[in-house]
Amino acid sequence: MEVRIAHLYPSLMNIYADRGNIITLAMRCAWRGIEVLVDEFGIGETPSWDDYDFYYLGGGQDREQQLVCRDLAAKREGLAEAVERGAVLLSICGGYQLLGDYYRTGAGETMEGIGLFRAHTVAGRRRCIGNIVVEADIGGSRLVLAGFENHSGKTFLDPGQQALGRVLTGFGNNAEDGLEGIVYRNAIGTYMHGPLLPKNPGLTDWLLARSLEHRQGQAIGKASPLPALDDSLEEAAHAVALRISGK
Amino acid sequence: MQFRSIRPSHADGMLYYQSAWNFGEKYWFDMIGKIHEHVQETMPAMAAKVILARAVTLATNRVGHGGTTLPGRVVRTIDRSVAGRLSRRLTHGSAVVSATNGKTTTCAMIARILEKNGKKVARNREGANLAAGVATALLKDSSLMGRPRSQTGLFEVDEAVFPEVAALLKPEVVLLMNLFRDQLDRYGELEHLAELWRTAVSSLGNVTVSVLNADDPLVAEMAALRPERSLCYGIEDAGAGGLVMQHASDSKYCPRCGNPFDYEVFFMGHLGKYHCSHCGNRRPSPMVYAENVRLDGMRGSSFDLATPAGKAAVEIPLPGLYNVYNALGAAAAATAMGFSPQAIQKGLGGFSAAFGRVEQIPIGGKKVCLLLVKNPAGFNEVVRTLLDEPGEKSLMIALNDKIADGRDISWIWDVDLEMLAGGVASVACSGSRAEEMAMRLKYAGIEPALLDVRPGLRAALEEGLRRIQMGETLYVLPTYTAMLALRQAIAQHFRPENEMGDLVWK
Repeated sequence: MEVRIAHLYPSLMNIYADRGNIITLAMRCAWRGIEVLVDEFGIGETPSWDDYDFYYLGGGQDREQQLVCRDLAAKREGLAEAVERGAVLLSICGGYQLLGDYYRTGAGETMEGIGLFRAHTVAGRRRCIGNIVVEADIGGSRLVLAGFENHSGKTFLDPGQQALGRVLTGFGNNAEDGLEGIVYRNAIGTYMHGPLLPKNPGLTDWLLARSLEHRQGQAIGKASPLPALDDSLEEAAHAVALRISGK
Repeated sequence: MQFRSIRPSHADGMLYYQSAWNFGEKYWFDMIGKIHEHVQETMPAMAAKVILARAVTLATNRVGHGGTTLPGRVVRTIDRSVAGRLSRRLTHGSAVVSATNGKTTTCAMIARILEKNGKKVARNREGANLAAGVATALLKDSSLMGRPRSQTGLFEVDEAVFPEVAALLKPEVVLLMNLFRDQLDRYGELEHLAELWRTAVSSLGNVTVSVLNADDPLVAEMAALRPERSLCYGIEDAGAGGLVMQHASDSKYCPRCGNPFDYEVFFMGHLGKYHCSHCGNRRPSPMVYAENVRLDGMRGSSFDLATPAGKAAVEIPLPGLYNVYNALGAAAAATAMGFSPQAIQKGLGGFSAAFGRVEQIPIGGKKVCLLLVKNPAGFNEVVRTLLDEPGEKSLMIALNDKIADGRDISWIWDVDLEMLAGGVASVACSGSRAEEMAMRLKYAGIEPALLDVRPGLRAALEEGLRRIQMGETLYVLPTYTAMLALRQAIAQHFRPENEMGDLVWK
């Protein structure tokens, strides 16, 4: 078994320790004897879109995000088609914003996104910073996700779009509608870093299972093909994160 | 309530008001209010302020909280210019130091150079590095009539506060050492801080020399803002660096044109010898530099210091390249103040570590070595340095997530902790986020069986010490508030065993 990960703009979009998410995916594969390949793609470098099961896009600082925004337009079609074919995509914070329709800055300028998510972001006046807990429905099971958010953009989903979950504590997409993130097919956008994947192993393994399905080209059914791991440290870290958030 | 007479209206003052309330010592603050009213009526303005500061110091000491910033906060609520006016009375002027990493150690080094060469120094205490801490230091140094007792002022300031303090004090020297990613939840993005610094440096008057680290592109860039009044320093020994960038590297892009830099060598994070092949921007040639850098593990380091006034061999009993940078920054600031390489050598020799940075504490025949960690770049350097020691190391890592540590702990995932795999005998994980730390180490490839999770700092320290043999060292890597708490715990729960200063549990 093998999972292939394409890490997009790792040196530009890495502000909130995004590397932690990649390390987590790689280690949870390695511990199960699943081969894992991680390739990095920067400005002007285009993956062969059929070859990867998992695309990752982290968050960046303003200037880096503008550079990526320009380059991402050239990757729009390939990435959108990969998602339609069932590839997994995880985008965090700035990455999430860039995959929406647009971002409107405080000065009223509009930065075009690639429209993979039917959502848009407007600059907010106050920064949403702090621990966040979200109740999510992932593949039919309820997961309580813990993370940290730090963003001033407010993201609004178009009507009918599915959020990743409901905010239990924290701000979420826009601090108004109680929703956090977005899910479209196997693509997720979220403001949760911390990083997200290490202390939410249920979500991580769901993403890995979808990646394996994509690799094998067939559904692997309800029973997870992923052997269970000893997640006691992960669960302890998760419990502390919930406690700190008052949940 | 008398206290209301100085009840402040702006945010800084509100903080004072709230903390006064939190201390639950209304009595003392009513007293301060009364004293304030009295001195205002009866004394010249500056004396009134100094007396008020003294009163606050007394009260806060009585309450059990050190008066590190409160006196300055109180006086500043009445008169924000007090620090500037006091500092201009210092006969040899003042220096302001800011950086993400190394402020406290470097200031201690500069102070030693000054003192070894016969200058009295007024300094702010570490942790009191906001504007109020600077005001407190100056008030404490002053006679009742507002005459300073010291000749020179030396102030370490928080990165975000540097512009305010520089504008207020109009110092003779500003030393800007580095900008690393640190506590994004407090400061926002690195670029934003760099922009604040650029604006502050360009508005410095002619009286001020900016001393800048040539190896940090974000800092070196500021030399071009006022070329005649800048002094750059850097490492000129390519052998001291590496060819691969660490994951914690922050500023890899040319601030002028946005293209990636080409690096000849990396010294620490994004610090190194760089140039931009796109626009031609390159590292300025340093006027003060280190050659022949020799690192001797935890025992210390040495280098040859070159300044426009000559050369001198410098030895420092502190480990790691990060302390070479601290010593070099101190040497460059001292050069700007007119000290010779020999005077600098005299000051730096025999220097001992600043509070909580590489402190060695003997406990019952074993040793505890405290090494502060607070951001990825600094943590990497500490790990790299202690891995230079032979044998498997026993560690304790204490990760807190208080405001002073950063509420957001994601930064530990940017530290190259993978370096530790295979090099540690055990790691006691402690602090309010002990579990997250242990999980991080598991994903760095360290056997979970070697990890011990104990959020309580004292319990973790005891367990860490229990696991090592007589004569061995426990390396304790705490974040800022964990470091403060650990030192307090050691002071409370140990007593000296013998004249050698060895400690045992009480």
